[in-house]
Amino acid sequence: MNASTMSTSAVAGRRAGVRRRVGRRVVNGAAVFALLYLFAPIAVIVVFSFNRPAGKFNLVWQHFTLRNWMHPFARKELTQAMVLSLRIAVLAAVIATALGTLVALALTRYRFRGSAAVNLLLVLPLTTPEIVLGASLASLFIQRGVKRGFATILIAHVMFCLSFVALTVKARLRGFDWTMEDAAMDLGAGPIRTFVRITLPLIAPGILAAFLLSFAISIDDFITTLFNAGNRITYPLQIFGASRAELPPQVHVLGTMVLLVGVVFLVGGALVGMKRASRR
Amino acid sequence: MVATTGDAKLSSRAGARAAPWALLSPGALWLILFFIVPIASLARMSLSSKKSRFDFRASFTWQWSNFSDALRAYGGHFVRSFAYAGLATVFALLVGFPLAYVIAFRGGRWKSVLLGLVALPFFTSFLLRTLAWKTLLADDGVLLRAVKGVGLRGPLQAIGIMQDGRVLASPTAVVGGLTYNFLPFMIMPIYVALERIDHRLMDAANDLYANNIAAFQRIIMPLALPGVFAGSLLTFIPASGDFVNDQFLGDANRKMIGTVVQERFIRNLDYPSAAALSFILMTLITIAVLVYARVLGTEDLTG
Repeated sequence: MNASTMSTSAVAGRRAGVRRRVGRRVVNGAAVFALLYLFAPIAVIVVFSFNRPAGKFNLVWQHFTLRNWMHPFARKELTQAMVLSLRIAVLAAVIATALGTLVALALTRYRFRGSAAVNLLLVLPLTTPEIVLGASLASLFIQRGVKRGFATILIAHVMFCLSFVALTVKARLRGFDWTMEDAAMDLGAGPIRTFVRITLPLIAPGILAAFLLSFAISIDDFITTLFNAGNRITYPLQIFGASRAELPPQVHVLGTMVLLVGVVFLVGGALVGMKRASRR
Repeated sequence: MVATTGDAKLSSRAGARAAPWALLSPGALWLILFFIVPIASLARMSLSSKKSRFDFRASFTWQWSNFSDALRAYGGHFVRSFAYAGLATVFALLVGFPLAYVIAFRGGRWKSVLLGLVALPFFTSFLLRTLAWKTLLADDGVLLRAVKGVGLRGPLQAIGIMQDGRVLASPTAVVGGLTYNFLPFMIMPIYVALERIDHRLMDAANDLYANNIAAFQRIIMPLALPGVFAGSLLTFIPASGDFVNDQFLGDANRKMIGTVVQERFIRNLDYPSAAALSFILMTLITIAVLVYARVLGTEDLTG
């Protein structure tokens, strides 16, 4: 900075301050807009769970009613579909979390030839559009004469959840201090005891996050499931099929219930996070 | 004594070589059996032909014409799908970046709450959220009434966002729906990249008299690039193959390729042509990703 600009730097500084404050407002405003955009349809789902639709489609607001919430399970086919989706989501998340965590451990704990290929194998399912995943699995099942149903849905869900789990756990394991394992072993703990007492508790948050992610992805999966469901009907398939003929408000009630479960998790997680942040 | 420790070391070294594969094999096997093998099945199916018009069983006949027929009949659908997906990716970046930035740099103790809010849409059904846009964008719905109330109908009509006073059953609605549905996938990786930036770098830039714009260009943007890359892929790839937004919000005369594949496969049971279309889609996306990686100069996808 030379002498001539020094004399005007105070003015320039004040001007930069104003500009900075305006810029801040603009960015904050954009962020608020993004949040509103994210929540507009969710608000519609919650509000329409209290609607009394005039026809078969709960798409236009008519009257406020609590009737839907008094009889949330009135539509048997809807409840059955939800139960099937829950069963598949739990099973898929358990299997994918177990297999995916093992893959992540192998990739972070050890250096070995072929790890690049394994990394690629994990990423590819995520960079393949779901319609290709669905159509290719269905092609396999058709060519092998496998009847599509519960098992094929589960196979498909475990496949794409596995990648998410392995990458999530891998990200959490980066920077993990493996010498702690050595320390435990030096103190006489066997490999299994070391894993259960030292490694597992430390990586548990990552595994839990991966499990929840798998559950959420599985329960909401539509495209791949559509190709591999045979005559089984999961909740998304039920909504899709029904959306052409009717859309009962119970759909919105069940959707809001799942959302409430999510909010409970979110609030719980946020409280833990805030406590941790304030302790620092 | 010396010999035994030597043996133990030797066997543990052999064990160390086998250990990663023992941990890997169940998961890797699952991916090979149910991802790699199916892609091969898809390739085989795409070169098969149906026994007859009414017999949907396919037999492998090196039917290359499936590909030329598919491209001839649906080339325009591919172009449209990539255009919609590209627009959705750009819009998701424009909408998502400020939010990721605010959470990463100004979130403070609310960071985890804000991140949770970004993930919250995943707790409601993808299909339900898309159907909700049908309600929001309805001809006499909240949004259009507001737009008409403040006299924006003319300008929006002029730039092609509205057509004949409506938004539903138009490209606008489909692109808006795609942008919405994949927005969290754009926000999350950008947030992760921004979060890693050392705040002292910004202080250093300010100390060196960089204004905000210069600091943003020279520090934030290069460091955020891997996040932008990952987010763009996680938006563009699913968007280009999607058929839900197209079928709920779009116009049946301007279908996306996903809709065509779904109809061919599930409604018409015309597996070979659906397989050929899927294969072309996958190939085009791979090419697009490689070009994009070249342009951005990053090839590290997994981070």
